Amino acid sequence: MARKVAQRRPAAPPAPPAAKKVTKVPSRAAKRAAPKKQQLLESSDDSEEEPQQLHEEEEEDSDAEVPSGSDAEELSGSDAGSSGDEEEEEDDEEEEEDDDEEDNDDPLAGDFLAGSDDGSDEGDDSGDDSDVSDDPEARSAALDRQNQQTEVDAEEELALNIRSESDEFRLPTKEELEEEALGPPNLPNLKRRISEIVRVLSNFSRLRQEEVPRKDYVDQFKADVMSYYGYNEFLIEAFVEMFPAVEVVELLESFEKRPPECLRTNTLKTRRRDLAAALIPRGFNLDPIGKWSKVGLVVYDSTISSGATVEYMAGHYMKQGASSFLPVMALAPQEKERIVDMAAAPGGKTTYIGALMKNTGIIYANELNEKRLHGLLGNIHRLGVTNTIVCNYDGKELPKVLGINSVDRVLLDAPCTGTGTVWKDAQIKTSKDIDDIRNCAFVQKQLLLAAIDLVDANSKTGGYIVYSTCSMMIPENEAVIDYALKKRDVKLVPCGLDFGRPGFIRFREHRFHTSLDKTRRFYPHVNNMDGFFVAKLKKMSNTIPASSESSKDPEEAAEGVDANSDDEDEKDVPDEQPPQLKKRNRKDGKKKNEQASIPEEAENQNQAPEKPAKQLKNHKGLKKSSGPKSVEMNGDKEGTHTEQTEHVKSYKGSKKNNGPRNAEMNGDKKEASSEQAERRVKVHKSVKKSSGPKSAGVSGDKTETPDEQTEQISHKKKRSDKIKKSGSKSTSEIKEKKPVSDNKRKRKWQFKLRRDWEAKQKCEKRAKV
Amino acid sequence: MRPLDEKETTMVFETLFKFTGPNLKHLLERPSAEGPDAEPGRYCLRLHKNRVFYASESLVRRATAVSRVRLAGVVGTPIGKFTHGGAFHLTVHALDLLAAHARRRVWVKPDTERSFLFGNSVPKSALARITENTKSGDGVVVMSMADVPLGLGLGFRVEEG
Repeated sequence: MARKVAQRRPAAPPAPPAAKKVTKVPSRAAKRAAPKKQQLLESSDDSEEEPQQLHEEEEEDSDAEVPSGSDAEELSGSDAGSSGDEEEEEDDEEEEEDDDEEDNDDPLAGDFLAGSDDGSDEGDDSGDDSDVSDDPEARSAALDRQNQQTEVDAEEELALNIRSESDEFRLPTKEELEEEALGPPNLPNLKRRISEIVRVLSNFSRLRQEEVPRKDYVDQFKADVMSYYGYNEFLIEAFVEMFPAVEVVELLESFEKRPPECLRTNTLKTRRRDLAAALIPRGFNLDPIGKWSKVGLVVYDSTISSGATVEYMAGHYMKQGASSFLPVMALAPQEKERIVDMAAAPGGKTTYIGALMKNTGIIYANELNEKRLHGLLGNIHRLGVTNTIVCNYDGKELPKVLGINSVDRVLLDAPCTGTGTVWKDAQIKTSKDIDDIRNCAFVQKQLLLAAIDLVDANSKTGGYIVYSTCSMMIPENEAVIDYALKKRDVKLVPCGLDFGRPGFIRFREHRFHTSLDKTRRFYPHVNNMDGFFVAKLKKMSNTIPASSESSKDPEEAAEGVDANSDDEDEKDVPDEQPPQLKKRNRKDGKKKNEQASIPEEAENQNQAPEKPAKQLKNHKGLKKSSGPKSVEMNGDKEGTHTEQTEHVKSYKGSKKNNGPRNAEMNGDKKEASSEQAERRVKVHKSVKKSSGPKSAGVSGDKTETPDEQTEQISHKKKRSDKIKKSGSKSTSEIKEKKPVSDNKRKRKWQFKLRRDWEAKQKCEKRAKV
Repeated sequence: MRPLDEKETTMVFETLFKFTGPNLKHLLERPSAEGPDAEPGRYCLRLHKNRVFYASESLVRRATAVSRVRLAGVVGTPIGKFTHGGAFHLTVHALDLLAAHARRRVWVKPDTERSFLFGNSVPKSALARITENTKSGDGVVVMSMADVPLGLGLGFRVEEG
């Protein structure tokens, strides 16, 4: 028995707790052996197998009795001696036939032999079952039990460890934090703590420390993440608000890495597989970028820089981030369309548009920053895009330059804080603040409204605006789109990109329009590209909703109204008119966020300024146009067109005395009427000839007399008075005929003449110069 | 942006003629799909700040809305520029255009591509193929073996003996 015990120990599993069992098992085995022996002695050979089985059970039952023996045996040496033999025997047994043991262990051997000459083999075979070969059987049973026990113990240990870990994770106390703050940040420590907190937060109810609020965990998390990844508080707060803690860590990890470099095949010059075939021998490791693009290639690595190949020089491809494909894919420009790219540099998207259009149609590529123009030009020329006009305006001015409602599609890749492309500029991590975001959002709103105004809702093939940013901040993305939805008659349509997360419909206290789920957000840790936002708007009509005008000041309101009327003008009048008319708009931005003071006034004067403002605007605009046309337009535009034209005609025809000034004008009128076909300047000149303070100033010297000046001033006053008066009175819409009193008509006509005269003055001055 | 005057036009055409020969008229009479008009317009040359551009008429018309100061790279493809001294130099941007219409081409061996791209001349040993009848002084388009136009050049033959 002792032998067996000693033998068992080395054979037993190494786990320390198992050591105890080792002794138990052999003891069991030993115990088993003892009764077995007896039985063997007693029983006959044939019947051994059956009783063996029985005995097995018995042995197992009687295990308990033996331990003492085994313990004793460990202590005693004499037994050990004998056990040593047994061990050897058992070793042999285990490895070889049982015969060896039989030889050495007399009682057993004899029994064994006696019991199983025939059965030895049987015993061997059924060694696990028979009493006689209880050693292997016992051993295996013992081993099984050992294993079980060790498993159980191991689990217990593990559980113990787990418990001890979670118990151990406590938020660092203030003293600990102060200690930490003294030295440089201990990065591994921070990392561990971050992952701990994330774990706790994900299963908060179970894993939390007692009485420690969630906020404490989150605050500690923010602080750790800030110092580990190097961000400022503002950005981290923003991310923590947008994502769960696990995702924040993923996001920040992905920001540390650069997204893979991508190339876009220039379909004007080559095809993707030809390009790949050309680049791979140069040592590029390429793959198509994904199912979603037919022109994109991803470069895993390359022996030479991707900007150094002949194909690059020849313009066969463009180095571009994968996210930059998306807004152009959403825009889906068609051939022969007019497209505007409002923020075009460095030109990746512009050239993609050109490639999609196959050099038909026309692209206006605009870029505000002069320094970036060079690169934009270079890329356009290199890629062989020929249908482009590059200009250098502020995007807000484009509607004036190009004409509102004049293009089919607009792409606005708006300037933003760039929080989605942190890998490009590590400074973004620390330099962005709430003010930056607000300023950006302001500019973006203006640009978006300008973009919407550029588009013609009645375009046959288009009428779409795509707004995109490389930022993930909500004030720059969803809030801007929401603003546009309120200010203009546009609606969100699906982008055509089937991956990416939908935009936020609500966020904290903000509630956006429900259609904002059609916008798409892309993240580096989800899509393996820069953080990006894309939204596609369709312009439903060219009118500007009245509610949107309330926040404008009067002039803008007038502009807005002019926008409507310009449609008709464009039809009536040749192309040169619209640009001129647009030029007369003095204000740059059409809509401003902060005009709190003005709305009330504007509301009062909302409808009213249309008329006189229009009238005024007409005058300004008409500086450059011919006389008769302007007069007609003047008449057409105003509500009182029939009366006006009548008035005009009558004015021309007759010598109506409408007032002191008219006396002077009468002569003019006549002459004017005779020269109606000629330019306005000439009309003015004819006016010159007549008498009166006005004409005095006009004739010869063309110097403004003080009288004129005072007249001008008084006229300005009158004009403003007029606006206010009519503002309070009028309630009609643009086209409605309104009964006009004689006096009013007089004044209107006087104003018109005033305007004409001033315009003439300016022309003459210019000519002089 | 204005159309070229007589003198300028002749200079430009002369230079282009070296490359295209009689094909020159094709350059200007191509129907162009550019511009949003349904009908293809024709191409024309325009001058803007000493640079000559080759653009379709509809494009040019649209470009008049943009003020002179603000018109940056303009319209269509830049062909070349007038130097301070009044000479006309072709620029590489014209390559695509000329490669399509040029009469004489020269194919360069792959090893010497790099050399040419970095500014060196192409010696005869580096030529894999050359159009017949290329004379000294002829404008020539340099192509790589994969038929990628690499650049423009002037033929130069050293007569020996």
